Amino acid sequence: MKFPHTRLAAFVITCFVGAAHAGVLPEDRADLLYFRYDGGGVEITGPSVLVRKSIGEHVSVAANYYIDMVSSASIDVETTASPYEDERTQGSLSMDFLHGKSTYSVGYVTSDESDYTAKTLFGSISHDMFGDLTTISFGYKEGQNEVFRNVIIDDVKINDPTFAEEMNSKSFSVSISQIITKNMIMSGQYEVITDEGFLRSPYRQIRFFVDPFTQDTQPEVYPNTRSSNAASVRAKYFLPYRAAIDGMYRFYTDTWGVVGHTGELGYVHPLGGHWIFEARARYYTQTKADFYEDIFPRADYANFMARDKELATYDAVTAGLTATYEFKIDRFPWLAKGALSLRYDYMTVNYDDFRDARFSLGIFGVPPEDPLQPGTEPLYKLNANIMQLYISAYF
Amino acid sequence: MRIRGLILITLAVLSAGCSSIEPWVKPYDRENLADPIMSFSRAPISQDFLDHVFESREGSRGATGGGGGGCGCN
Repeated sequence: MKFPHTRLAAFVITCFVGAAHAGVLPEDRADLLYFRYDGGGVEITGPSVLVRKSIGEHVSVAANYYIDMVSSASIDVETTASPYEDERTQGSLSMDFLHGKSTYSVGYVTSDESDYTAKTLFGSISHDMFGDLTTISFGYKEGQNEVFRNVIIDDVKINDPTFAEEMNSKSFSVSISQIITKNMIMSGQYEVITDEGFLRSPYRQIRFFVDPFTQDTQPEVYPNTRSSNAASVRAKYFLPYRAAIDGMYRFYTDTWGVVGHTGELGYVHPLGGHWIFEARARYYTQTKADFYEDIFPRADYANFMARDKELATYDAVTAGLTATYEFKIDRFPWLAKGALSLRYDYMTVNYDDFRDARFSLGIFGVPPEDPLQPGTEPLYKLNANIMQLYISAYF
Repeated sequence: MRIRGLILITLAVLSAGCSSIEPWVKPYDRENLADPIMSFSRAPISQDFLDHVFESREGSRGATGGGGGGCGCN
C-alpha cells in the first residue's frame, strides 16, 4: 500500500472532468509520460498513457493507463520493516456527452497492486451560462477499496490470509469558472470527501516510551471514518506580451484535526514559435491530526494513535521548471501539433514533530552504534527530485 | 414570515438579474483567453502525476481541479 489510491483516482477524475468544458468537447490528443520520483529512500518510475478522442460531435472518450514501479526503503520501512519492490497498475475510462450548453461526464477507474485494489465510479455535470462567461459544475464519485497485507513466507511474498479489510469513499464537489475580463479567468472549487472503513496502513507502527530511555512499537489505531472539506480558488492572467501568470490558494480541514493551506504561483512564457517555458512554485503547510504523536507516553495510550508523517505538522516547498518544444510534421497532416516536454521539480519537506527515529531504532533492525535517547532525535527532512518527460500529440 | 418574504424577494431579484446579464466579455474578445497558455492544465497527464505525488505525502485532499471550466471559447 504505497499510496492512498482512492486519492489517486480522485486526481485522475479531476483531470478527466476538468478537461471537459461545458459547451465544448475537449480536444483530441494523446500523451505519453515517463516519470521518476526519487526522494526519502523511495524511487518511483513508470509510464502513463492518456488518449482522448471524439466520436461524432457530441461524444468524447478518454482512456488512461498508468504504472507505478516502486522501490522503497523509506524511513517508515527502514525503522519497522524490510525494503520492498512493488508495482501498481491503473486503468481509467471516461466519456463526455455534450448537449447544448451542458456536458455530462461519467467514468470508471480501477487500480491494482499486491495489497490494495481500488474501484471508483464518477460522474459530473457542467453547464455554461451568462453568454459562456460562467461554467458551473457538480461532481460525484464513489470508491470501493480492498486492503490486504503482504507477508513473506519462505521468501515468497503473499497476502496474509488472516487479513482483508475494506474502505469506501464518497465525494461531492461543486466548482465555478468565471471569465473576469478578456485577459483574466478565475475558478473556485469546493469538495467534501468522506471515507469509511480501514483507513490506516496495515504495516505502520507507532512508538511509545517504555521508560524515559527505552521505546517500543505497536500497530497504529485509526478512526473508521474521516470527512474533509477543501475549498480552492485560482486565477490566471494573460500578460500584454503573450505570457501568463497564475495563482492558487486552497484551504483544507477535516474531522481528524488536520488544517492545511496550499499556495501556488506559476508563470508561462512562450519563446519564438516553438518553445514554451513554465516556472512554478508551491508552498504547503498543515497542522497535525489530533491523534498523531511522534512518540506516545506509553503503550495503548489513547483510543486512536498515528505516526504517519502525512498527519504530522510540517511545511513543504516545491519549485519546478518545464520546457516544451512544439512542432509540426509535414508528412503527417493529420497531426495538428506535437509537443515534447521536460519538467523538473525539487521538493523539500520540513517536519516539525516527526523525528528521525533511525537514530534510536536503527535501520532494518540493526541498532545504531551510538543510539540517541528516544524523543531527542533530529527532526526529519525529506528532499525529492521529480522528473517528467512527456510527448503530446494533438489531432 | 419576514424571512420567507426576504428569500422570495432575493430570488426574484436574482432571477431577474440572471435573465438580463449581458456578457461583458464578448466572444470576439476572448482570443487571449483561448490561447493554450491560459489553460489551467496544459498537460493533464503531467499534472495528474504531480498531484498524485503531493496527495501521497500530504494530509490535505480534494478541490485540486481547475474548476471544471474553460473559457467557453467555442
